Amino acid sequence: MKTEESYLDEVTASEYKYGFYTDIESDKVPPGLNEDVIRIISAKKGEPQWMTDWRLDAYKQFLKMTEPEWANVHYTKPDLQAISFYSAPKRKKELESLDEVDPELLKTFAKLGISLDEQKRLSGVAMDVVVDSISVKTTFREKLGEMGIIFCSISDAIKDYPELVKKYLGTVVPRSDNFYAALNSAVFTDGSFCYIPKGVRCPMELSTYFRINEAGTGQFERTLLIADEGSYVSYLEGCTAPMRDENQLHAAVVELVALDDAEIKYSTVQNWYPGDKNGKGGVFNFVTKRGICERNAKISWTQVETGSAVTWKYPSCILKGENSVGEFYSVAVTNNYQQADTGTKMIHLGKNTKSTIISKGICAGKSNGSYRGLVKIGPRAENARNFSQCDSLLMGSSCGSHTFPYIETQNKSAKVEHEATTSKIGEDQIFYCKQRGIGEEEAIALIVNGYCKDVLNQLPMEFAVEAQKLLAISLEGSVG
Amino acid sequence: MLKITNLHANIGDKEILKGINLEVKPGEIHAIMGPNGSGKSTLSSVIAGREDYEITAGHIDFEGEDLSDLDADERAHKGIFLSFQYPVEIPGVTVTNFIKTAINEIRKARGQEPMPANIMLKQMREKMGLLEIDSAFLSRSLNTGFSGGEKKRNEIFQMAMLDPKLAILDETDSGLDIDALRIVSNGVNKLKSEKNAIIVITHYQRLLDYIVPDFVHVLHQGRIVKSGDKSLAHELESKGYDWLKEEAAL
Ligand SMILES: Nc1ncnc2c1ncn2[C@@H]1O[C@H](COP(=O)(O)OP(=O)(O)OP(=O)(O)O)[C@@H](O)[C@H]1O
Ligand SMILES: [Mg+2]
Repeated sequence: MKTEESYLDEVTASEYKYGFYTDIESDKVPPGLNEDVIRIISAKKGEPQWMTDWRLDAYKQFLKMTEPEWANVHYTKPDLQAISFYSAPKRKKELESLDEVDPELLKTFAKLGISLDEQKRLSGVAMDVVVDSISVKTTFREKLGEMGIIFCSISDAIKDYPELVKKYLGTVVPRSDNFYAALNSAVFTDGSFCYIPKGVRCPMELSTYFRINEAGTGQFERTLLIADEGSYVSYLEGCTAPMRDENQLHAAVVELVALDDAEIKYSTVQNWYPGDKNGKGGVFNFVTKRGICERNAKISWTQVETGSAVTWKYPSCILKGENSVGEFYSVAVTNNYQQADTGTKMIHLGKNTKSTIISKGICAGKSNGSYRGLVKIGPRAENARNFSQCDSLLMGSSCGSHTFPYIETQNKSAKVEHEATTSKIGEDQIFYCKQRGIGEEEAIALIVNGYCKDVLNQLPMEFAVEAQKLLAISLEGSVG
Repeated sequence: MLKITNLHANIGDKEILKGINLEVKPGEIHAIMGPNGSGKSTLSSVIAGREDYEITAGHIDFEGEDLSDLDADERAHKGIFLSFQYPVEIPGVTVTNFIKTAINEIRKARGQEPMPANIMLKQMREKMGLLEIDSAFLSRSLNTGFSGGEKKRNEIFQMAMLDPKLAILDETDSGLDIDALRIVSNGVNKLKSEKNAIIVITHYQRLLDYIVPDFVHVLHQGRIVKSGDKSLAHELESKGYDWLKEEAAL
């Protein structure tokens, strides 16, 4: 007789399906971090002096900081002196079509089931593919260009649109914000830049696939997205990482600026390598994501997190302008020995600001998932409203889930509601499904997708399908 | 079709089924009655392959094959269907999505292609008509917040869609109002054919006025203590179980 425990073990023991490694020749700087390394990075990227100075200044602040320890995660701190901070695929010329892309890279995408071509044709998605810190290919740029939309690598933006970058870079996440944000500011090598002009509705979903592809390379992306007054953009970020047995550090910074009446939808499907069944290897994902909303603006973060050995991530909104709206929809899955401490911060500064938080945690194996959310209502935020719902779904009894809601209110007219539930996948639910001919694996996928529905519904169609697949992969794999 | 021989089943250390013998042939309707706690739901769960129960003796054969090595889902693939006494809620999964998944998983197990969407839709419409189900129902979360009667009607809707060879209806009548009982029973009768069989578990004669059984069995303390034709149900309705309990004690 199989117990619930034993089959959960079985179905949650799937290997990392996307584990593989691609050989692409790369050009690296020696490991370690110091001012010279930063100067080399800046020089290799052909940056102007102001950018080099900006980085060096960030590095000075970084040196004064220590790694944070308040999160509910345990890991061996990465040795920054052992990491190579720059690696770019060797590239001879600009690429015009997919035929010119490194065939190894194309094979990688094929294994992932993501063909660029298909993505482009089927979904009308413009892709800026980041492999090992540098953009290999930017598509649809011209079509977007006709509308005045800028979508390019951050490196190109520094060269081509220095005024916009200077004006906004580091304004939402200051260099001194936290240890990893300071580190990122000093050494970031690539990422995306996006600017939507006044009143423009971006006609397609903008998408970037981030990948880590070089042993021992830390990856520090920087994303800056500016939606000018009355504009709208939906941005998708997704990633998968190859199997590896040494820890890989990933410390990204994402800054969103939504000016008056603008709206930004930022969706992430995150699938970094989580480590093997025994907790060995896996990516450390320490991300700072934050957006600022001016008057009547709206930012919504949607994320499906299935990967990483250790995740530390709190996409946040600063609701500065009156009537601005912040939303956070999250599904975070942890399995085996994964640890995740995620959540959001909603900082209400303006009058009549509203925020919604829907967080769905799923814990399996021996993993540990924490939700950490801060709702802060400033003294001038008359009639601010927040609704938070934080649910946890436990699979088996060796995992743990924790909820840490923090509420700080400095205005009496504010209304803050918090709901939390913890549930288990019931044996009777699984029996019910099985009685109808639905196998264990499929049954768990069905129940989990149902549980996450409120979040998955926020994702654009194609992305939702991909997210469902990822949820299934990270929880199930092959039964029997 | 179904042949149960000397079946003993435990939950934990407690023996619940104590030697059941039952044979059901294609085209037959069997009713199982019996006091609360006598083991009726346990018997249906064991036939369906629920893993909480341990079979300590005897066996169940379905179409000549011993079921003991088959998981619940594999039994469903063979055409066994259980209408639950207490249907389970699955939040966020719509009735349509659930039925679609079930149909296609069964087809997959039988080596068939997924059912084309237009055919599935057509069948759903037809069966909804049969059971007088509103189409808004399809997009609700499975059993979540359903009234007792809605849950039972949904079970029979699933039965209609899955077209099983053997359907076990565990107290499908409880929770149904008078009109619903008639509608659902008529639905079940329309699904009946010479090829399939039905076991109805009930406490009340009134269901058997609609779904007329060929055989009636009384289960008491894990044993079938009496079998007869439909007149046995009438006798129970007027006399209760005491006389049978006394007989069994002798
Ligand atoms: N999980 C369980 N743990 C312990 N005892 C159980 C369990 N499941 C069933 N039983 C016991 O087995 C006996 C038979 O239960 P069962 O549900 O099969 O009865 P039933 O005939 O369907 O009754 P009812 O008419 O009330 O539906 C009861 O005494 C019940 O308490
Ligand atoms: Mg019962």
